[in-house]
Amino acid sequence: MALPLTETAAPPPEDPELEQLEIDLLLEAVYRRYGFDFRQYAVASLKRRLWRRLAAERVGTISELQARLLHDPRCMERLLLDLSINVTSMFRDPTFYLAFREKVVPLLRTYPFTRIWCAGCSTGEEVYSLAILLEEEGVYERTRIYATDINENVLTTAREGVFPLASMQQYTENYIRSGGKHDFSRYYVAAYDGAQFPHSLTENVVFAQHNLAMDRSFNDFNVIICRNVMIYFDRALQDRVHGLFHDSLEMFGILALGHKESLAFTSHAGSYDEIDPAERIYRKIR
Amino acid sequence: MYDVIVIGTSWGGLDAVSRLLDGLDDAVRQPIVVVQHRSVESQEGALARILGDHTSRTVCDPDDKTEIEPYHVYLGPPDYHVLVEEGHIALSTDDVVEYARPSIDVLFESAADAYGDRAIGIVLTGANHDGARGLARIKQRGGVAIVQEPETSTRRAMPDAAIAATDADAILPLDEIPKFLYGLCT
Repeated sequence: MALPLTETAAPPPEDPELEQLEIDLLLEAVYRRYGFDFRQYAVASLKRRLWRRLAAERVGTISELQARLLHDPRCMERLLLDLSINVTSMFRDPTFYLAFREKVVPLLRTYPFTRIWCAGCSTGEEVYSLAILLEEEGVYERTRIYATDINENVLTTAREGVFPLASMQQYTENYIRSGGKHDFSRYYVAAYDGAQFPHSLTENVVFAQHNLAMDRSFNDFNVIICRNVMIYFDRALQDRVHGLFHDSLEMFGILALGHKESLAFTSHAGSYDEIDPAERIYRKIR
Repeated sequence: MYDVIVIGTSWGGLDAVSRLLDGLDDAVRQPIVVVQHRSVESQEGALARILGDHTSRTVCDPDDKTEIEPYHVYLGPPDYHVLVEEGHIALSTDDVVEYARPSIDVLFESAADAYGDRAIGIVLTGANHDGARGLARIKQRGGVAIVQEPETSTRRAMPDAAIAATDADAILPLDEIPKFLYGLCT
């Protein structure tokens, strides 16, 4: 039986050691030519994304992909999208947003001003979700959200605030389960197959390019949200980023991770208290 | 020697994995990673509790980077792909593959890649063809491919697809799979 060819179809690597050598060389080439450092990305997902790019570019080997990347910056842009887009949705994991409303917002009310860092914000679904939540809770006015991503292209999408209309049914369900207080449809205007969210939601948002693997801390924050971004990093890089977050958080600042991301495997486990263990919401205590 | 057992199943899978774990001899110490197709809303930990009643092995929904230990059963968490790297679990939120997240192919391909001829893949009952490509990859990398006998599967589409995609080392009724694993692993 012939299996249907999907975008995940990958040329079967015949020689694992050769493949690893090719991957190492490609990542080194990308780093030295373009300055993006993927050398400490988690290997299993990285390989899947490289295989997908091989299939899409219709090249047979990673070495061929490397040659094309080096000579064609547009090919690099395509790979950068593959490697940096983190699939997400509005109010993904509604229980997280519910916990944020109930356990973090009361803390924010006690601050005159709140700085929040959404690290690895991708196409912005999470940023808009957060802005809606904060607005409903009456604290958006005195909040600034710094939304960063490695990839300038996804930030452009995020700034535009247009998401697929077809996703709105799912997002509406998520919104309701997250403790949303209104009719979700009040937040967007349908235009063709897109749902346009108002620019008022990003009035207090600064979108900026930032590379977690290489760049330094750029401010002090009361809250850092970084969900399902570090799962694509190896342990050493995760440790680096946790160091960056620790340096960037004010004392008693909040750190929020994805549902299946644990501080336990990092060298910063002792620096935080659990605010909500299941939702992976932590508070810096030292 | 084998270092990891990966199992994929969908329709009818809960019962099938339960029975497989029930019948598996304690001497089989290899870590087991299971993808059972499940809905996004499925309750965290519920599947682990149910399967935990059928085995003295530790059954859990792993976090990213959870160390892979002997005598443990790791379940693909809802809405994440579960992959294995040498020695630990790796999760991803990449797009659904063939409508599934977790996807059996994603797990199996990662096992083939990280463990090569030290991986055992098992495709059980299911109503789609997820797992076929992954099982073929395991076999191609020198690992062992086991498929539940289609005639005795609750749904035969998935075993049929796996058998069509690769030259399976064993096609067995569910109750004979634990014995076969015992022979391989001890």
